Amino acid sequence: MKPFVRTLIFCAAIAGAANPAAAAEISMAANSTGKNLSFLREQIAKFEKDTGHKVNLVTMPPSSSEQFSQYRLWLAAGNKDVDVYQTDVIWAPQLADQFVDLTEATEDVAGAHFPSIIQSQTVNGKLVALPFYTDAPALYYRKDLLDKYGKKPPETWDELAATAKEIQDKERAAGNPDIWGFVFQGNAYEGLTCNALEWIKSSGGGQIVEPDGTISVNNEKAAAALERVKGWIGTISPNGVLAYQEEESRGVWQTGNAVFMRNWPYAYALGNGDDSAVKGKFEVKPLPTATDGDQPSSTLGGWNLAVSKYSDEQEASIAFVKFLGSPEVQKARAIELSNLPTIAALYDDKEVAAAQPFMPNWKPIFQDAVPRPSAVAKVKYNEVSSKFWSAVHNTLSGNGTAAENLELLEVDLTELQGNGW
Amino acid sequence: MTEVTVAGPPSAIAGKRIGSDLQAQRLRSAWIFLTPTFLVLAMVAGWPLVRTIYFSFTNASLTNLSAAEFVGLQNYLSWVTLKSGRTIYRGLLADPAWWNAVWNTLRFTVISVSIETALGLIVALVLNARFPGRGLVRAAILIPWAIPTIISAKMWAWMLNDQFGILNDILLGLGLISQKIAWTASPETAMIAVLIVDVWKTTPFMALLILAGLQMVPGDIYEATKIDGVHPVKVFWRITLPLIRPALMVAVIFRMLDALRIFDLIYVLTPNNTQTKTMSVLARENLFDFDKFAYGAAASTMLFLIIAAITVLYMWFGRVNLEGER
Repeated sequence: MKPFVRTLIFCAAIAGAANPAAAAEISMAANSTGKNLSFLREQIAKFEKDTGHKVNLVTMPPSSSEQFSQYRLWLAAGNKDVDVYQTDVIWAPQLADQFVDLTEATEDVAGAHFPSIIQSQTVNGKLVALPFYTDAPALYYRKDLLDKYGKKPPETWDELAATAKEIQDKERAAGNPDIWGFVFQGNAYEGLTCNALEWIKSSGGGQIVEPDGTISVNNEKAAAALERVKGWIGTISPNGVLAYQEEESRGVWQTGNAVFMRNWPYAYALGNGDDSAVKGKFEVKPLPTATDGDQPSSTLGGWNLAVSKYSDEQEASIAFVKFLGSPEVQKARAIELSNLPTIAALYDDKEVAAAQPFMPNWKPIFQDAVPRPSAVAKVKYNEVSSKFWSAVHNTLSGNGTAAENLELLEVDLTELQGNGW
Repeated sequence: MTEVTVAGPPSAIAGKRIGSDLQAQRLRSAWIFLTPTFLVLAMVAGWPLVRTIYFSFTNASLTNLSAAEFVGLQNYLSWVTLKSGRTIYRGLLADPAWWNAVWNTLRFTVISVSIETALGLIVALVLNARFPGRGLVRAAILIPWAIPTIISAKMWAWMLNDQFGILNDILLGLGLISQKIAWTASPETAMIAVLIVDVWKTTPFMALLILAGLQMVPGDIYEATKIDGVHPVKVFWRITLPLIRPALMVAVIFRMLDALRIFDLIYVLTPNNTQTKTMSVLARENLFDFDKFAYGAAASTMLFLIIAAITVLYMWFGRVNLEGER
């Protein structure tokens, strides 16, 4: 026994000597949407060089709902293997207890971020996550096709449908059988909640659950908005759009098979990549509204960085989070991936404007973006969202009318609400 | 334990005692060898099962499992009578989403296992015949079964994609369909898509088990039927099928158990589709996605009970004897 123990101590001593005391090994869980992972790898290399820490990347699927349940499981089990999480904007109220309070650690930098975004990540006075980038979807349109048929970018949903139909039919007649008018995210998942919230809100139909807790979703304007979209399925949008998430719709768009697409800004840089069939042929504008008078509505998205309270390397993790949230990294992200920065000053940056000409115009859009009812529904938000997207998906796939499904949804949500959110 | 062996019997009845001693010793060693298995089973299967059943009687939340309080049968069924005299039922057994999942699961199980049994039987009969390259074909047919479900589901998801999926491309090319079908999206075809993939994946498994049964059938019976000039179809129904029945019944049980708790294929292919949501998918959704850990535990417990009940019924009706005696 004794020689064994001696060897063990010896080994430990060697390992200790080889590792400088300050260097820590941390792991970060991040989604694999677009080029997120390759960007993070680049930045991690810089961070490792500067600090001597080592960062491992834990690859997660692109779907936000799938990441959430996995993270929730890990955090509930007190998992120490993952130190830093890339978190969706809606998760803060649900996971607040499991993350480190970043208020003090980020005192010096938090002021540079948009206050509304910092606010969205603050739960009971605790800063749960530091903003990484924000998101507000756009209407992507094929400028070349619109010019070809003498059309203007649409301002209302009906205009969009009419333009899409006309160009789609004419293009098909001209020998392009695969072209579709409009693609969006119609799969039954969190993304459909975002899409449908935009349709309803931009038609004056409220935002599912209002900030004061009232369940407002069962109204005529909301039903009309969903019926309008129902009319698109199979006419200007492929039937398969009901199984599309972001990446599937981008697939149709980027191969040149769609006139319009609703997607997040990340698709802008990818669409202008060298392997893209629509490179230089498209532009983006704010989403349409129901009538000219309505307010354009974009669902507020965005990702943030949180440190697990079970992490053994909290100090290094916080340093890493501050590094990723810094103006330099956010600027690189804006230029390379066309993600919207959360730091106000970057919108006036010349290099950003040169690389992403659309970006300076985006500042007002996401400042007025519609938040999903995650702050009011708190831990019940996922169920609210799931019931909402199911009602919408049922309507779009012809399983009941919008009015019927929304009425049922109201009953379900009222029962879920119980004595209060 | 050793003391018992040392305390020897009186010599008068030594002969008889030695025999029972040997038997006792055998029994003991059997238990000694079995104990580790039971311990491991208790740890990896028994304990989680007991925990799940326990949580189904509490109001546990995933964020704070230790704060769970006992609430009785509330997750399964509870009711309140309103002042108006109307009674409102709540809980899993009054939840239409749960019964929809039960119905989906049963429908999936019956259809998929029937098709797989029929196809598996055909494949096994073909593979049982002697032809050159039989070994190679037998190995090749196992490939779908060897691919992990997650990977084959993802692979099929791309093949079933409405715009650039190969399946639509082939069907269009053959002129069988005039429009691209959105397999996983539309309510009518979602279950069909899941069934296609499941049949593709598990028919080899059925074929393999049935083939093993076929090889147990003695060849001289067939020779006798040949001499008597019995029609091959009659041979199949009167001789082959009754003789491979035990193997077939066991294969069907295995498949049925798998099909009843299907999760991975549906989770990848059509995760939130009401038409394909099974009991396991619903349980997971409540356990982890929603803040209803206890409710999900109740769904898991019900899933366990339903599978157990169906298996017992099947074995009873089918008179399947897993101990190998008839």
